[in-house]
Amino acid sequence: MTGAVPARPRIRRRTPWPLAAPAVLGLGLLVLPLVALLVRSPWRMLPHVLAQSTVLDALRLSLVCASIATGLALVLGVPLAWVLARSEARGVRLLRSVVTLPLVLPPVVGGVALLFAFGRTGIVGRWLDDWLGVTIPFTTAAVVLAETFVAMPFLVITVEGAFRTADQGYDEAAATLGASRLTVFRRVTLPLVRPSLGAGAVLCWARALGEFGATITFAGNLPGVTQTMPLAVYLAMQTDPAAATALSLVLLLVSVLVLVGLRDRWLSAGAR
Amino acid sequence: MKHLVTLLLGLLVVALSTGCGKAEAPVGKAPPIGGTIRVFAASSLTGSFTELGREFERQHPGTTVQLNFGASSDLATQIINGAPADVFASASPTNMRQAVQAGDARHPRAFAVNTMEIAVPPGDPGGVHRLSDLARPDVKVAVCQPQVPCGAVAAQVFHHAGITVHPVTEEVDVKSVLTKVAVGEVDAGIVYVTDVRAAGDQVRGIRIPPSVNATTSYPIVTVRGSQSGSQNRATAAAFVGLVKSARGQRVLASAGFEKP
Repeated sequence: MTGAVPARPRIRRRTPWPLAAPAVLGLGLLVLPLVALLVRSPWRMLPHVLAQSTVLDALRLSLVCASIATGLALVLGVPLAWVLARSEARGVRLLRSVVTLPLVLPPVVGGVALLFAFGRTGIVGRWLDDWLGVTIPFTTAAVVLAETFVAMPFLVITVEGAFRTADQGYDEAAATLGASRLTVFRRVTLPLVRPSLGAGAVLCWARALGEFGATITFAGNLPGVTQTMPLAVYLAMQTDPAAATALSLVLLLVSVLVLVGLRDRWLSAGAR
Repeated sequence: MKHLVTLLLGLLVVALSTGCGKAEAPVGKAPPIGGTIRVFAASSLTGSFTELGREFERQHPGTTVQLNFGASSDLATQIINGAPADVFASASPTNMRQAVQAGDARHPRAFAVNTMEIAVPPGDPGGVHRLSDLARPDVKVAVCQPQVPCGAVAAQVFHHAGITVHPVTEEVDVKSVLTKVAVGEVDAGIVYVTDVRAAGDQVRGIRIPPSVNATTSYPIVTVRGSQSGSQNRATAAAFVGLVKSARGQRVLASAGFEKP
């Protein structure tokens, strides 16, 4: 014997093939088109595309609107998720399905629905116009509204699931120690669901950033005011497909940068 | 997104049709008219070409005309990328030129001309009576974006009239402009005469004086796709013939088109 420590038998944990095969196919389906986009992109056009003021306007507008929409979704959506998860009132289950409807609605139809609600002749918009002289369509506010409408359900669903699975024992303990319901929510429940909050917000932001159908229908298209990147990409496609690809590349790169940045700073900190 | 889907569908159709093999026309005879032809036409032709398609099927029993309507620029992109088209009718010579340059079509001929008109919602909330009203700051105007034919022609009209219009939105195609007018979200939109007529009482048309109006001409062509057999080509040529015939011109005129 040489005295060497015998190698500890490693437990082999191979992924079983019925899981591995579809997983690889699924990955391919998601990644291949992106790879193709990267391969076929006119990289040399990028500086030229980025130098155009309309492109920068569209990019800035996209980032600002998606961020405001996410903020709005957090302010409105988190309380909504809490109500859906914790309320025992009748009809909550129905409400939960209603909240998910924008997910299945084709965004263009969502845009028309927004027009019928908040448009100049809409059921709410009519009063806004008559009483306050405010019209929402064709403004940047309309872009934010359209993006919030389409993206907020992603946040609500994610956070609602977390509220429901979070251990309510902590809430009860805090309550018996004299904390009010609002304090419990703020100091106990919210920190418990923080990872889901981060994931939901990121999903919501990404969906808002790529929003096209509801935006072009409800907010229209005007460079600098309502023309976000997806709209600019679609319109460039009509005349100059190479420019459109370059634009998508810009959007893709920016969102990857933001998502990777957030993941390091925010998501993993909460997920531990 | 839309492009991608149509592209994928187009590829699928091409793959299927080339896989099936093609019945060749008998040697030494003129290929008979028959089978299925695919007609790609600008969306402003929806009404008239649907009628002409039916007419063609009546005149030539056993033929089927499949119609695909869309923005001329979309259709040109689809054809260049190999979508199986036998006839292409475009709303502007620009998009036709793209297809010709890509080698998919030759010798397009103009078959119709369209002019512009102001469309306002039935109640006319903006009090629009003439073209110059569109320059008023309190009037919300929708136009097509300058890259599509209807936007380019609208810009010409404003230029001829010497007015500056600040639209609240530049829509992707003429039907989107019409929709914004029909639901009353804008006070006026610049659309084709044919669109106002097709929209019925959803919108009201206000004529633009001929001295400042601008036109776009519609070219048509048979597409020389690699997948189309000689029978398709003969049938496609017959369809183009119908569009240019007196009967075809009557149908187009009733939709509001003018002669080239």
